[in-house]
Parts: sequence; structure tokens; C-alpha cells
Amino acid sequence: MANNGNKNQQNQQKGELILENVNRVFRMPGAPACHALKNCSFTVPRGSLTVLVGPSGCGKSTLANIAAGYDHADSGKVLLDGKPVTGPGRDRIMVFQETALWPWMTVMKNATFGPTMLGGMNKSEAEDRAIALLDKVGLKDFRDKYPAQLSGGMQRRAELCRALVMSPKVMILDEPFRGLDVMTRELMQEYLLTLYRETGLTMLFITSEIEEALFLGDQILVMTNLPGTIKTTVEVDLPRPRDFSVLGTERYRQIKSEVMESLYEEGAKIFAKLDGAGDLLGSCRAGS
Amino acid sequence: MARAATMKGASFGYKMRKFVASKHFTRGTLAVIGFFVLWQAGSMGLMPFMHAIPTPVTVAEAFWEFMGTGKYWQSWMDSTLRVTYGFVAAQILGIPLGLGMGWNRNFKDFTYPLFELMRPIPPLAWVPVSILFWPTNESSIAFITFIGAFFTIVVNVLGGVSAIPRQLVDAAVSFGASPRQVFWRIVLPATIPSIVTGMMVGIGITWNVVIAAEMIAGNTGLGRLTWEAYLAGHTPGIIVGMISIGVAGYVSSMAVKMIGDWLMPWKKVF
Repeated sequence: MANNGNKNQQNQQKGELILENVNRVFRMPGAPACHALKNCSFTVPRGSLTVLVGPSGCGKSTLANIAAGYDHADSGKVLLDGKPVTGPGRDRIMVFQETALWPWMTVMKNATFGPTMLGGMNKSEAEDRAIALLDKVGLKDFRDKYPAQLSGGMQRRAELCRALVMSPKVMILDEPFRGLDVMTRELMQEYLLTLYRETGLTMLFITSEIEEALFLGDQILVMTNLPGTIKTTVEVDLPRPRDFSVLGTERYRQIKSEVMESLYEEGAKIFAKLDGAGDLLGSCRAGS
Repeated sequence: MARAATMKGASFGYKMRKFVASKHFTRGTLAVIGFFVLWQAGSMGLMPFMHAIPTPVTVAEAFWEFMGTGKYWQSWMDSTLRVTYGFVAAQILGIPLGLGMGWNRNFKDFTYPLFELMRPIPPLAWVPVSILFWPTNESSIAFITFIGAFFTIVVNVLGGVSAIPRQLVDAAVSFGASPRQVFWRIVLPATIPSIVTGMMVGIGITWNVVIAAEMIAGNTGLGRLTWEAYLAGHTPGIIVGMISIGVAGYVSSMAVKMIGDWLMPWKKVF
């Protein structure tokens, strides 16, 4: 049965996500319009793990919401395998910042909710697939627990399984490990890499941590402050499979300083800006 | 929270035995005994202003006497029925109304202003119209009781729907759930904790209201029993009535709490 689950995942389609000149402006009554995203263009190649990194409040989540279809772009295109994205869909599953597991469902019910929607799979088929995935992240024995009975790290793993079981064309992870302690976080990164290696899914991973970006990504998109746009793209040519020994290599340090340089330029700007235009930021936050 | 689920599946008898053996039960019992000791001391003249209050022993004797009469048990029955009718009707009408207001903006636009106009009117202010409109005394008291619980449950449910974290709904939409499935499988269960809170608050209010309504408009019930004892100058009887109301309220709160724990196995009521 577990084999069956694996096969399904390997046969699935990997999507290519393209954003072209995406703009998003939030208008709040009584506040100046806030340009959250300006001419954002990038490609998440088929089967890649692309990391979007940027200072907090730069519009990363807005971008994730637009890619997932929860929000719309004011202009520009969002294309998945060449087709425009018009709303939320089963081909793009998002893993949220705060846990979005349904507290009244057990881990298993959470994981099988998606596949059984729209007359997709029957229940036992969905359960087989879910168990195969839960087993991979060490949650097989916790399948009948409620989310509140799990630790923070276990909740995130359960949520990864819930998304993976859908075999989406693209997985969007919006700072999924935020708020976890350092050790749990490192463990989660390794789990994610294992799952990425085994499923080969296309992933767009959003974070504000450079180390996380470097450890996980094939390429890193550095985002600027408001109005958010992609400033640079850094290819991460560190060998895979990666473990924490890459953190000590010369190449790692080189890429890290490259990313840090362009990121800290942005970080410095935000402080300069806050003096003059604190309001502007505030309305953006409220809008997003 | 974790504890609630480990207890899930254990028999009621087992849970009760476990509870009676726990320190929580011992503390509660000690507090009640302490209260009676203080009361006894007070009515023996050891505390100011309490010499007119009958001693617990006198009250206990009156209690025994009351319990031997059919009228006492009939009062329990009448009040309990009125509370049940009012409370159940309030849930049946209030939960869908609150869900509707929280889920559908158009529906809220039409209903909310009217609802907010009626909400501040205290249940007892409904007594005169209630007596005029409803054919029997019984139905008017049940209606006033209903009013007591209705507004509370609606406000709680509305608040509960509005407070559902957005990503819980967003995730379900991404997974392909239809609006109907989102409502039944996400919105409704996400609101259950608020429904249960509304029920817990509501059951207390219905007892408050039914007693007051019985004193004004009733011929029977625990409220009327207490009032009649007062009119007869039978002070121990008044206290018997009060204690009975307290016990009735406590028992029904526990029953509602049990319903709540059954409705949400993932969470303890409190």
C-alpha cells in the first residue's frame, strides 16, 4: 500500500509557476494607496524548490496569496503551466504561517479531507496515501490524535502531509516554520528536504531567514521593500542531498554573503523609510 | 485539552468515581461545608445583621417537610419544563440565525439592525406583551425564558463565525470544497466552541428569568414557591426555594457542559 502511494506521487505532474509583471495596490479609505507589489516577475521552474526571501512586511505573503489564488493581482499575469490562475485550486496547495489544521479533525481526517473532496478518491484509498506520508514524517502513530495534542513541530509535519497528499502541481509554503524553536526548525527543514527529494514537487518556499533559504533552495529570489519586487535571483548550486555539513563549506559562505548583501541593503532602507512614511507601511499591513 | 481526549471513551461512572476521588471535588465540598458553618455561626448571633436568618438546621427541617409534599416536586417539574422549552427553542432558532448572520452578509444586513434593537430589552420587560399575546400563562413564561437565552446564543454564534481564522476556510477552498461543504464541514464545527459557550451562559440566564417570571406571572414553579413562602412569612421556606433554584441551575449547567464535551471531543468546555 505504501508503495502504491509512492507511485502515485512519482507519476504526478510537476507544475511550472510564472509571474509576469504582477502589481498589487491596497487602497484603504483615508490612507495613501500602498503599492505592495510592483512589476513582480519570476519563474518557479518545474520540480524546483524556489525560495523567496525578503525583509518582513515586503509583500511576500501578498505574493503567496496571489499565487494561491486567495488574492488577485491588479495587473500582470500568474500562470501555472501556461494557464492563468483565477482562484484557489487543488493544483496549488498552500501551507500557512500559523497552523491551519482543522482542530476538530484528527490528523488522519485532516489529511484525507482534501483527496475525498469533489468525489476525488474514495476514503480507503485516501487513507492509504495519507498513512504512507504520515509514516515518512513519523506521525503514523499519531493519526487519531487531534492537532492540539501534537507539538508545534508535529503540527507542521501533519500540515505538510495534508498538502502533499493532494499531489499539487505547486506547493506554496508561506513561512511554514516560523515560530518554531531552532532545533525543531532544523528538523523540519530536513523533513521538508526528504519530502521534496521523494516527491519532486515544485515548491515555492517563503521565508525571512537567509540560512533557511540557503539550506533549502535551488534558487533564491530576493525581494525588495515596498513596493515589493524581485531584486535579484541567486542560484544555489550546493550539492543535494544536503545536510547540515553544507553550512561549513566555502561555497555556502559565498552565496550567503551575496544574498545578505542585497537583503541588508533592503533592510536598511526600511528604517530610513519609517521616519518619513510610517503611515504608508501601516496601511499596507492593514490591507494585506 | 489533551486531557479531554484521553478521558474520551471512558464510561460516565468511571469519570464520576475519578472526579469524586480528586482534590477538586474535596476542595469544592470543603467550601460548601465551610459556607454552612459560617451560616450557622451567623444565625446564632455571632455575626452582625444575620440574626433574622434561620439556622441551617431549621432550613434543613423545612426542606424535609417540603420534600414530603407533592407541590414541591411539581414546582421543580414546572420550572424545569419551562426552562427546557425556552432554552431548546432559543438554540433551535438562535444557532441558525447566528450562523446565517455570520456567513451571509446580505442576511446580516436585513436581520442585524432589528436584532440589535430588540437585544437590549430585558426579558422581564417582555412580560406584559407576552401575557397579552400568548394564549396561556404557561406559554408566556416559556416565551420570556426563550428571550433570555435567545439573544445570548445568537451573539455568541455570530461572534464565533466571525472569529474563524481565515486560513481554515481558505485551506478547505483550495482542497476543492464547495461552499456547502465549507459551511457544514468547516464553518459549523469551527463555531461549536462558541455555541457551547452561548449555551453555558444561556442556561444560567434562563433560570434567572424563569424564576423572576414565575414570581410576576406564574401560579406554579420554584419561583412562585419562594414568593409564596415570603407572602406567608415563612422564612425557612424562602431559603428552601432559593437553595432549590441553585441546585436546579447547577445540575442543568452540568448537563449542558456534558453536551458541550460530547459535541467537541477535541476540546474541554472548561
